[in-house]
Amino acid sequence: MVSSRAIGYLLALSLSCTTMLAGCDMVLLRPSGYVAAQQGQLVVISTLLMLLIIVPVIALTLVFAWRYRESNTSAPYTPEWDHSIQLELLIWAAPLLIIIALGALTWIGTHTLDPYRPLTRIDSSRPLSFEAEPLNIEVVALDWKWLFIYPDHGIAVVNELAAPVDIPIRFKITASSVMNSFFIPALAGQIYAMPSMATTLHAIINRPGEFEGFSANYSGAGFSDMRFKFRGVNAGEFDRWLQKAKASKDELTRDAYLELEKPSEREPVRRYRAVAPDLFDAVVNRCVEQGKTCLRDMMPMDMHRASRSPSVRDSVAWNPLDAAAVCTADSSAISALLRNTYQD
Amino acid sequence: MSEHANLGKLVFGRLTWDALPLHDPILLATFAAVAIGGMFIVAALTYFRAWGPLWRDWITSIDHKKIGVMYVILGLVMLLRGFSDAVMMRAHQAIAFGDAMGYLPPHHYDQIFTAHGVIMVLFVAMPLVTGLMNFVVPLQIGARDVAFPFLNNFSFWMTACGAGLVMMSLFVGEFARTGWLAYPPLSGIIASPDVGVDYYIWSLQVAGIGTMLSGVNLIATIIKMRAPGMSMMKMPIFTWTALCTNVLIVAAFPVLTAVLALLSLDRYVGTNFFTNDLGGNPMMYVNLIWIWGHPEVYILILPAFGIFSEVVSTFSGKRLFGYTSMVYATVVITILSYLVWLHHFFTMGSGASVNAFFGITTMIISIPTGAKIFNWLFTMYRGRIRFEVPMLWTVSFMVTFVIGGMTGVLLAVPPADFVLHNSLFLVAHFHNVIIGGVLFGLMAGITYWFPKAFGYKLDPFWGKCSFWFWTIGFYFAFMPLYVLGLMGVTRRLSHFDDASLQIWFQIAALGAFLILLGILSFIIQLVVSFRRRASLTDTTGDPWNGRTLEWSTSSPPPVYNFAFTPIVHDTDAWYDMKQRGHIRPVAGFVPIHVPKNTGAGFVLAVLSTICAFGLIWHMWPVAAAGFVTLIVATIIHTFNYDREFYISSEAVVRTEDARTQLLASHG
Repeated sequence: MVSSRAIGYLLALSLSCTTMLAGCDMVLLRPSGYVAAQQGQLVVISTLLMLLIIVPVIALTLVFAWRYRESNTSAPYTPEWDHSIQLELLIWAAPLLIIIALGALTWIGTHTLDPYRPLTRIDSSRPLSFEAEPLNIEVVALDWKWLFIYPDHGIAVVNELAAPVDIPIRFKITASSVMNSFFIPALAGQIYAMPSMATTLHAIINRPGEFEGFSANYSGAGFSDMRFKFRGVNAGEFDRWLQKAKASKDELTRDAYLELEKPSEREPVRRYRAVAPDLFDAVVNRCVEQGKTCLRDMMPMDMHRASRSPSVRDSVAWNPLDAAAVCTADSSAISALLRNTYQD
Repeated sequence: MSEHANLGKLVFGRLTWDALPLHDPILLATFAAVAIGGMFIVAALTYFRAWGPLWRDWITSIDHKKIGVMYVILGLVMLLRGFSDAVMMRAHQAIAFGDAMGYLPPHHYDQIFTAHGVIMVLFVAMPLVTGLMNFVVPLQIGARDVAFPFLNNFSFWMTACGAGLVMMSLFVGEFARTGWLAYPPLSGIIASPDVGVDYYIWSLQVAGIGTMLSGVNLIATIIKMRAPGMSMMKMPIFTWTALCTNVLIVAAFPVLTAVLALLSLDRYVGTNFFTNDLGGNPMMYVNLIWIWGHPEVYILILPAFGIFSEVVSTFSGKRLFGYTSMVYATVVITILSYLVWLHHFFTMGSGASVNAFFGITTMIISIPTGAKIFNWLFTMYRGRIRFEVPMLWTVSFMVTFVIGGMTGVLLAVPPADFVLHNSLFLVAHFHNVIIGGVLFGLMAGITYWFPKAFGYKLDPFWGKCSFWFWTIGFYFAFMPLYVLGLMGVTRRLSHFDDASLQIWFQIAALGAFLILLGILSFIIQLVVSFRRRASLTDTTGDPWNGRTLEWSTSSPPPVYNFAFTPIVHDTDAWYDMKQRGHIRPVAGFVPIHVPKNTGAGFVLAVLSTICAFGLIWHMWPVAAAGFVTLIVATIIHTFNYDREFYISSEAVVRTEDARTQLLASHG
C-alpha cells in the first residue's frame, strides 16, 4: 500500500508538472521562423528516437533492482554467470542502430540547416522562387548592445530589428570587442558574433509578431541586458519601420560609431538615417578609427615590404602604425595593387 | 617620498589595501567566518599538540593511502566552497526579476559562476577522483605504494596550493569574471585588466602540474607494479578506468598548460596569440582549451564508471557481466574523447561537414557508454542485490545518467545545438551527467571504500538521508533548467525581465536547498559514524564481501599494504582466493623496503605558490625569488639520498599478529 500511495503522489506530481509545462511558452518547440521550426522538429525527433532505448533501460533498471533484491529468494541467482554472446551483440547493436539512424539525420540536417546555406523554401509548403533576393542585415555586437545595419536601405538601428514576413534574410554578423552569440529563438538558431571575423546566418520569419533576441554568449558586466526586440512585420509595416529610421536626424558616421562602441548598458532604441559606407567591413577589419590599418591589408603589406627590404628581419620589425598614413583612404585598392605587384 | 612609493610598487606590485574586500558585506562576513574557523583549528591543533603529528604523519607523508585521503578531504572542503557559490547563484536568480536586481551586482555574480565552474571541476571532482584512484589502485593491484611516492606527495600539494590560490582570490583581490574556460578576448588584458584572470591562470597552472604528474605516477604504477598473475585483462575494472583516465590526463593537461601559457604571454608581455588585432585569433584558444576540456570530462566520468562497476558487482554478489566488453568500451571512450571537442562550439561558424563529423563522433561515444549501462544492468540480472548505500547511489546513477546522456546526444546534433547551445538546457545537461554520473559515483566510492581507509563503516541512516536529498534535490534543481532552456533562456544571466520564468528558478532554488540538506546529511554522517565507530568497526578487512584485492588486507591497511605480495589467478582476485579457501600467511615475514617521508613536496608547492602569487600581483621580486628558490630547493632535494628504510620483520610480525588476533577474536 506504500507503493500505491507513492504512485498516487507521482501521478499528482506529474499532472501538476504537465499543467505547468502547458502554461509556459517553449519557444524552441513552437517557433515562428522556418529554420527554427526545422531545428525544433529535429530536437523532438532525436529525443523520440533516443527514448526508444532510454525508456527500456530505465524500466529494466528499476525492474531488476526490485526483482533481484536480496530478500527475494525466489528469484534465480547465478553468481558465476558473466557472459553471453547474444546479449553482448544486442547491447552493442541496439545503441549502434539508434546512432546510425540519428547519425544519418544529423548529416542531412547539418547540411540542410547550415546557417551559411541560402534558403530554398519559405516554409515547409512553399518553395522560394529563384529570383527572390534576400534582405541583407549586418549585425554588430557591441558592449553591451546590438547594432543592425540595413545596407540595402542605408539605415541603421540599435537594439531593434525588423524584417518582413516570408522574405529570406541574410545576416552578416561580427562583434566589436568580445565574443557574443546572436540568437533569436523564434527565428533561427544562434551563431557566434566574433571580433575581426564575420559569420553568416540565413533565416526567414513566417509569422508577424514581436520576438525576443539576445546575446547567448556571456560577454561581461552588461551581458544580461543585451537584449533587443525582433519584429516580424508585413511589407507595408516594414516600409513604415524603415521610414522611422529615415526620419531620424542622426547619422552613423565613423565617429558616431566609435562613440556608440564604448561600453554602455540598457541602451534605448536608436535610429540612424544614414550609415558611413562600408562601416561593417571596417568593423570586421578593425579599422573604423582613422589611421588604423585594416586587418586584410596587413599581410600583403608585410609581403610587400619583405620583397623590397634587403633582410627579412626588417619586415618582421615593421610596425603597421608606420604605414597608417598610406592605407586609410581606400585600403582595398592598395591591397589589390600590392597583390598585383606581387603577381608581376 | 616618491622613491618610497616606487619601492612599494616594486615589492607589492598591484597589491594595495584596496584589494581587500572591505566594501563587500558578503565577502567580509565570509572572511570573518573563515578567519574564526581558521583560528579555531590552529588553536585546536596547538592545544592537542597535533602540529608534530600533522607534519610527520600527513603533510610529509608519501603513503599513497594518506595522500589519497588528503585529496578527498581537499575535494570535500572545496565542495563546500563550490556549493556555496551554487546556492548564491540559485538564490540570486530566483529573485532577480523585473525591478528587483537581486542581491549580487554583476561584478560579484560573474565571479561566482566562474569560480563555481572552476572549483567544481578542477578542485572538487578532480581531487576526489585522484584521491580515490590514489587510495584504491595500489591496493587493487597488490602493490605497496605508487611507482613514485615522493612525486605523489608533491602532486597533491601542487593541487592543494592551486586550490589555495583560488581561495585566496576570495579575500585578496578578485577572481576571473569570464566563465570557467576564460575565453579570450574577454579574458584578454583589454577586457579583463585586473587580477581575476591571473588568479585563474596561475591556480590552474600550479594545480595542473600536480594533476599531470599524478597521472604519470599512476600510469607507471598500473603498468609496472601489478601483482604477479594480474595480466592487463585480469585488472579490476576500476584500475582499468584509472589507467585510461590517467592516459587522458597525461595527454590532455599539457594542452591546458600550453594554452594558458599562451594566454599569459598575451596578458603579460603583449603577444597576440588570442587578441583581436595583429593576427591574433581567439578561435585558436577555444579549440585548444576544449581539446583539454573535453577529455577532462571523461577524466572525471571514467573512474566513476569504474566505481559503479565495482559496486554493482560486489552488491549484486555476482561477477561483472561482460568484463571484456567493459574494458573495450572504456578504451574506445578514451580514444574517442579526443575526437569530439568541436561539439562545444558548433555555433562558431564551421562548415556543415566539420560540424556533422564532430556531431557524429560525439554520438558514437554513446555506443560504448550504452554498452556499459547494459553491462551493469545484466550484472544486476539474476543477482542478490544488497541495497547498501553505495548500491543506492549506483541505481540512482543508472536512471539519472541515461537522461543526461540522452540530452547530451541531442546537443550533439548540430542544428539542435544551434538553438540549445549556451542555454540552461545545456547547463542542465552537464549537471545531469556530472552530478548524476561523477558525483553519485564519488559518493558511492567514498561510502564503499571508507571502511577500508578508516576501519569503520559510515552510518547507513545518514548515508541514506544524504542519498535521497541529493537525488531528489538534483531533479528539483535541474529539471526546471531543461524547461527554461526550451523556453530559450540562456545561461549566466544575472537579471530577467520575463516574470513568467520566475517559478522555474524558484523550483530550482528549492532543489539547491534539498541538495544542501544532502550535503549536511553527509557531514552529519561523518560525525555520527566517527562517534559510533566502535559499533561500525570493520574487523575483517572485508566488510562488503568484496571481490578485489583491497579487501584481502586489513582495514585500515598497514603502511606496507600487503605483508606478502598476493598472486592473482582471476579478475575478481579476492573472491577467487576466498572460493579456493585462501589461508592468510601468519609466519615467514621479511623486512619490507619502504620510502621515507619528506617535506620536499610541500616546500616546493609552497614556493610555486609564492612565485604564482608574485606573478598574479606583478610583484616581480617576489615572483623571481619564488622561482629561484623553487629551482634551488628542487636541486637540493635531488641530493637527499636518505630516502628509504626497512620496516623490520619484527615490526611486520607485530602488525600481522595483531590482525591475526583481531580476526580470531571476531570469529
